[in-house]
Amino acid sequence: MWWGLVRRLLIFLISAAVASVVVFALLTLVGDPARTALGTNATPQALIETRHQMGLDRPFATQYATWIGGMLHGDFGTSYVTHLAIGPQIGQRLMVTMWLIAGGMIVALLVAIPVGTIAAVKHRTATGWILSSLSQVGIAIPSFLAGILMVALISVKLGWLPAGGFVVPAQDPGGFVARMILPWLSLGLVQGAVLARYVRSAVLDEMGQDYLRTARAKGLTQWRAVVRHGLRNASIPVLTVLGVQLITILIGAVVVERVFVIPGIGSYLVDSVARQDRLAVQGIVVTIVAISLAVSFVVDVAYTVIDPRLRRR
Amino acid sequence: MTWSGTRSLVAVVAAAALVLAGCSAGSGLTGSSESGASASSTSEVTASSNAGVPEGSTTAGADQSSSGSAATPAPSDGTLSLGLVLAPANMDFTTTDGAAIPQVLLSNVYETLVTQAQDGSIQPGLAKSWTVSADAKTYDFTIRSGVTFSDGTPFTAADAAFSIDYVKTKWTVGVAKAMEVVTSATAVSPTELKVVLAEPNALWLFKMTTRIGAMMSPKHVDKLATEAIGTGPFVVSGWQPNQSVTLTRNDKYWGSPAHEKNVVFTYFSDSTAMNNALLTGAIQVITTVQTPQALAQFKSGNKYTIINGTTNGKVMMTMNDGHGPLSDIRVRQAINYALDKPAILKGAWAGYGTVIGSHEVPTDPWYVDLANQYPHNIAKAKQLLAEAGKSSLTLRLALPPVPYAAAAAPIIVSQLAQVGITVKTSDVTFDNWLAKIFGGDHDYDLTIINHVEQYDVTTVFSGKPDYYTQYTNPEVTKLETAGLAGDHDTFIADFKKVVTILADDAAAAWLWAFPNLMVTDSNVHGLPENAIGESLDVSGLYTD
Repeated sequence: MWWGLVRRLLIFLISAAVASVVVFALLTLVGDPARTALGTNATPQALIETRHQMGLDRPFATQYATWIGGMLHGDFGTSYVTHLAIGPQIGQRLMVTMWLIAGGMIVALLVAIPVGTIAAVKHRTATGWILSSLSQVGIAIPSFLAGILMVALISVKLGWLPAGGFVVPAQDPGGFVARMILPWLSLGLVQGAVLARYVRSAVLDEMGQDYLRTARAKGLTQWRAVVRHGLRNASIPVLTVLGVQLITILIGAVVVERVFVIPGIGSYLVDSVARQDRLAVQGIVVTIVAISLAVSFVVDVAYTVIDPRLRRR
Repeated sequence: MTWSGTRSLVAVVAAAALVLAGCSAGSGLTGSSESGASASSTSEVTASSNAGVPEGSTTAGADQSSSGSAATPAPSDGTLSLGLVLAPANMDFTTTDGAAIPQVLLSNVYETLVTQAQDGSIQPGLAKSWTVSADAKTYDFTIRSGVTFSDGTPFTAADAAFSIDYVKTKWTVGVAKAMEVVTSATAVSPTELKVVLAEPNALWLFKMTTRIGAMMSPKHVDKLATEAIGTGPFVVSGWQPNQSVTLTRNDKYWGSPAHEKNVVFTYFSDSTAMNNALLTGAIQVITTVQTPQALAQFKSGNKYTIINGTTNGKVMMTMNDGHGPLSDIRVRQAINYALDKPAILKGAWAGYGTVIGSHEVPTDPWYVDLANQYPHNIAKAKQLLAEAGKSSLTLRLALPPVPYAAAAAPIIVSQLAQVGITVKTSDVTFDNWLAKIFGGDHDYDLTIINHVEQYDVTTVFSGKPDYYTQYTNPEVTKLETAGLAGDHDTFIADFKKVVTILADDAAAAWLWAFPNLMVTDSNVHGLPENAIGESLDVSGLYTD
């Protein structure tokens, strides 16, 4: 088990290193931040000077070494577009996205586990069929569309909740929750629908297993057998999907962030790309990649916690 | 288990794809001011016919303050939020181009020696009066006394001389070129500034109302990107990059104080989100309507006011005058005859705006109504194409990511198809537009763009093939040069000839003058109706 963990940690570190080189190389290939800053009528002289100030005229390897050296010390550098330190910006934006994703995933789980389980247990009945179809519809609706529709109805038409924005929870907890309900729902309901399909098929798989028949034979009702023994086993494939979903949402939340004007990491990335803010983009992407890798690492470790059989491999 | 490894790879690839996708989706938000990366209209408008131009030796009135000239009620403790599209990249317009920074900072935080009124006339600002020598090369400004920067230091002629020199020596953005004509700027006394030009230039004083005329403090120029210290009615009290800029009333302001204590510029990348913010009371003003078709929801009842003012934006289908079939004047004229411009305006922009026929807007002092130069005439268009031997023709139309281009393109394609021209459209990112069409080899036939800068005819159509229009006509160059160096009457007369020649040559297919469409809560007043210069002056804003 320990060797497995160390191996995964090594893969994690190598992937992160490769990612940083790829990201850096890609960004030095596209666009010219100096021209973006100076506009169309800039003189060649001004362009050369600005490139020099930004350090873009140095060799690729030197630029990379400086940047990665700073990153290793936790210094993301100072943006030459906003002239602000990038690290704190990423921290702030990431925190916002974490609130968004955490709430969204809780909603997703609250929807997916009961719906998926019921749909599986009652898969031959009308209830199961209806739940199954509903989750199919949920998958078909993109979360930003769900967001737009909910804003149109609940915020604009009924005036019950704000249409968007973000306040720090410590400053105004009520305002924070009021603004986050719709984003959580639009993210969570759609992700929940996706997840519910996996829960259903995982539970269905387990229902055919011998141990469940044994449990039933011991006198447990089908429900109790599924909840007590089936869910634990079904949670392994579900956990895998959950991990992948988390990573997708981290990046995919940008659309929901745009609809609800939430200053998260996705919006920060898109804005920085549009402004050719190369250092900021590098910092954000490496952060996202690191988080994605960390999530898959945690998911791997969680398998062994849930399923003791895996510890022996 | 190789899961972890595979997934790591997936994560890397996903991140890389994301970067590339982001690049192609990036709409060049800090794009140049004259190409108008968005519908954001920040150029000023002149309404009077002799506006914006110094008339020989002039002494302007000394009593009028540059702001707060409208009768606004007493200052309040209120806060108003405005919705905008393009967020400023930072606070420094000396090294960062684009409309967004001057939009929030100019006239609100930084002031200029002279300002432009809503009618386009040049008014006193930090200079209470000025005289121009007979040879039109020397300007003597009398600087207002008692003015301080928001940090408390007095503003004097020495600061003005410093600011002008600073444009010449330290500014890196393209617009700084307009200051090259200045030979010297000298503080004769704390209230007297003498500026000498190398040659007469009819547009220099007007340029001093734009961002290059901003008066800055020598003490703060090393921190311009994050701290804006000016003499204006507001100070910057908060800045969340890409989200908002908060302006707070400057209590040391020399003129009439701003009415609202706080004005928040809030930036929305999604027009629906901005509309919803107004509908739910999160903001009180939409300063840039991106989709005029969506205005209907604000029309019912008395809750909102729709402001339909003017800008200097000229939405045009630019033609590559120096390349291929479009270098033939008959083909360009045929295209103009083939287009039903009123129908395009109605279909693409809900009829808001004015059809134009040359590189001008109705508020330009040299405006000549040329909208009917090429009335919609399919037969005439076909005949011209036949004469040119181009009865069947295929052209490429490049579309930058701006709403008006996307809206106008399908109508244009179908209208040109009726005269036998096949148009192949392609979407280009703003970066690509800048690199390949505006710059580089100008590899394009047609493109649609809004040129938002005021009085930019000398840039866009200089008559020399040094701009992406590739338009060549020595007569135009001669008239423009003579006009800029001449007196006021010559200037106006020559520029009238220029816009007429441009229309005769069908140098482009001009479509419509871009409107300044805003929506406000009905109790919000004091917003400038026409898009003022490069700034959105909010000092007169108030609610009742």
